[in-house]
Amino acid sequence: MDILFDNLPGLLIAIPLLGAFLTPLLSRAGDSVRNTWVLIITGLSSVCGLLVASRVLETGTIVYTFGVNTVSNIIPPDSGGIPIRIIFTIDPMNAFMLIIAAIVGFCITLYSVSSMEKLSGKDGFFTLVLLLIAGVYGMIATGDLFNFFVFLEISSLAGAALVAYRIDKGVAAEAGLKYAALSTIGGMLFLVGVGLLFAQYNSLNMAVIADRMQLTGLDIIAFVLFFTALAMKCGAVPMHFWTPDSYAMAPSAITAFLVVSSQASLYALFRVCFTLYGGQINPLTVGWVIIILGILSMFIGVTMAIPQKDVKRLMAYHAVSQTGYMLLGVGVGLAALSSTCLSQSIGIMALKGGLFHIMNHALYKGLLFLTAGVIFYRCGTRNLNQLGGLGHNMKWTMVFFMIGALAIAGIPPFNGFASKLMIYESTFLFNPLLAVIAMVVSILTLASFVKVFHSMFMGPKLPEYEDVKEAPTPMLIAMGILAILVVLFGIFPQQVVDALVAPAASALIDYQGYITAVLGGA
Amino acid sequence: MIDSFTLSTGFGAWNAVFWVIAFVIACIIGWLIWSRGEKTYDSSGGATAPFLSGNKEPEKAAVHIRAGNLYWGYTDALSGYYRFIKPFHTGNLSDYFLAYLFVTALVLIVVVVLK
Repeated sequence: MDILFDNLPGLLIAIPLLGAFLTPLLSRAGDSVRNTWVLIITGLSSVCGLLVASRVLETGTIVYTFGVNTVSNIIPPDSGGIPIRIIFTIDPMNAFMLIIAAIVGFCITLYSVSSMEKLSGKDGFFTLVLLLIAGVYGMIATGDLFNFFVFLEISSLAGAALVAYRIDKGVAAEAGLKYAALSTIGGMLFLVGVGLLFAQYNSLNMAVIADRMQLTGLDIIAFVLFFTALAMKCGAVPMHFWTPDSYAMAPSAITAFLVVSSQASLYALFRVCFTLYGGQINPLTVGWVIIILGILSMFIGVTMAIPQKDVKRLMAYHAVSQTGYMLLGVGVGLAALSSTCLSQSIGIMALKGGLFHIMNHALYKGLLFLTAGVIFYRCGTRNLNQLGGLGHNMKWTMVFFMIGALAIAGIPPFNGFASKLMIYESTFLFNPLLAVIAMVVSILTLASFVKVFHSMFMGPKLPEYEDVKEAPTPMLIAMGILAILVVLFGIFPQQVVDALVAPAASALIDYQGYITAVLGGA
Repeated sequence: MIDSFTLSTGFGAWNAVFWVIAFVIACIIGWLIWSRGEKTYDSSGGATAPFLSGNKEPEKAAVHIRAGNLYWGYTDALSGYYRFIKPFHTGNLSDYFLAYLFVTALVLIVVVVLK
């Protein structure tokens, strides 16, 4: 049993990868066998993710090296102090992200089993879903820059193929192509950055590079390449244009997980700023760059959302807007922590708020995309102008939508309110104007979702949707899990902050701790 | 016990449990007021039908306000802003690349200058 637990980080990607490659084979045995297989695989990898996270939160950072059986062998004696194998470094920040991926990953698979029922090509679809999940787990868990690039590519290619999955007069293919092309360019520039660092420091390991970082001219160029590639992947304005195209065309369950994939890029962005270049790059400058991207994302995202008529496109713009809150919180955290005039507690609280918002956003945005998927599944349209009166027949979907909508708008007692409150208060002390903008964006978000709620669920029954049915049970269960978490995280936010968010924030700030965990003070 | 559910923001506090309790109390008060209302009232007698200057009420489905008709005042008031911002969203992949490269160049300049 111990050997199983000791190898959980490896299983984290081994299970979905194995599941992905066997899915086409098992599909020959029929839909029910394939669906059961996919659910078992996703369930197991989610359990793995949660177990790894709980171990990290209990015992501290896990450094897992592929190919050795003891921790002392991480750095081979003849390697000049450089860890040369594939290494996963999972500290509380990674654990925090793993929990998000585990929860949402399982929910979207459960949902997909039912929502894709009537469509063909499901063996390929579920293979790609499992590859996407493996890619995201790898991005989160790895402590190696080149490995990160590999997992980034796996998740990008699987994501692009899934965006293009639903053939809709070529529009989905176009959206998939845009996602693939931009991801590839971003990935290539990221790889150039990795090459620049490898050429100087002889290593691809993040801890080694962070330890040896000199901040040369090449290091700065590499930083900018990492920074913009990851900011583009997380959909920060003005590099957000792919987001509405891709999120709108992908099947809804996939869109919900693309949000997590974007957040994995956001995590990597923070890891680069805080750990890889921790103590080297000017935190005030970088903090303000992140803040400006955050403000632009918040405002342009929400204002572009309001006039949209396609519900998923509208939600995609809101995803951009909510990413802005995370950038704002963490940007203020980075800038305030380096300031000599401001209290450190402001920076730490802003950082916690930004990180807590990542988790909350994954839950409520995932929920909202799943409700939009139900509408499309039952009504065959995403056009808000053609919808109405669905609340009469789709009561559970309506309730789940309301929970998600109130959470994203920051209405108490849902989880979005708790994280936004932390961001508002800390940001106000840093710069009141930023907090005012954040609050105005919340009001506009509420206005936008009132429009969606009215357009889809309110009003009399429309003749074309007279007999529309509620979502199938697996879809309701998947949405129910997310809705319950949205409510629980809203009512008991301090427990979540204490157990998950505060350790993640501390780990992110403590770059020396990250280096020591890998190099052991070497 | 209840304090353990209070989210400390460092500068303030938020307790959702109190909020839920207050919400439930407000609902109970609302229900009590509603339950003391006139019980003999007959809603089928036409008293609740809208009066449209004596015109016959159209079918309910025909008067549903669609999404495109909502917030026209907001978008009209901000039409200048939207005229500026919408052209950036061309849907053209080349423009997406340009935006990406523009930000890369800009961030490089900022980071180098303010190193």
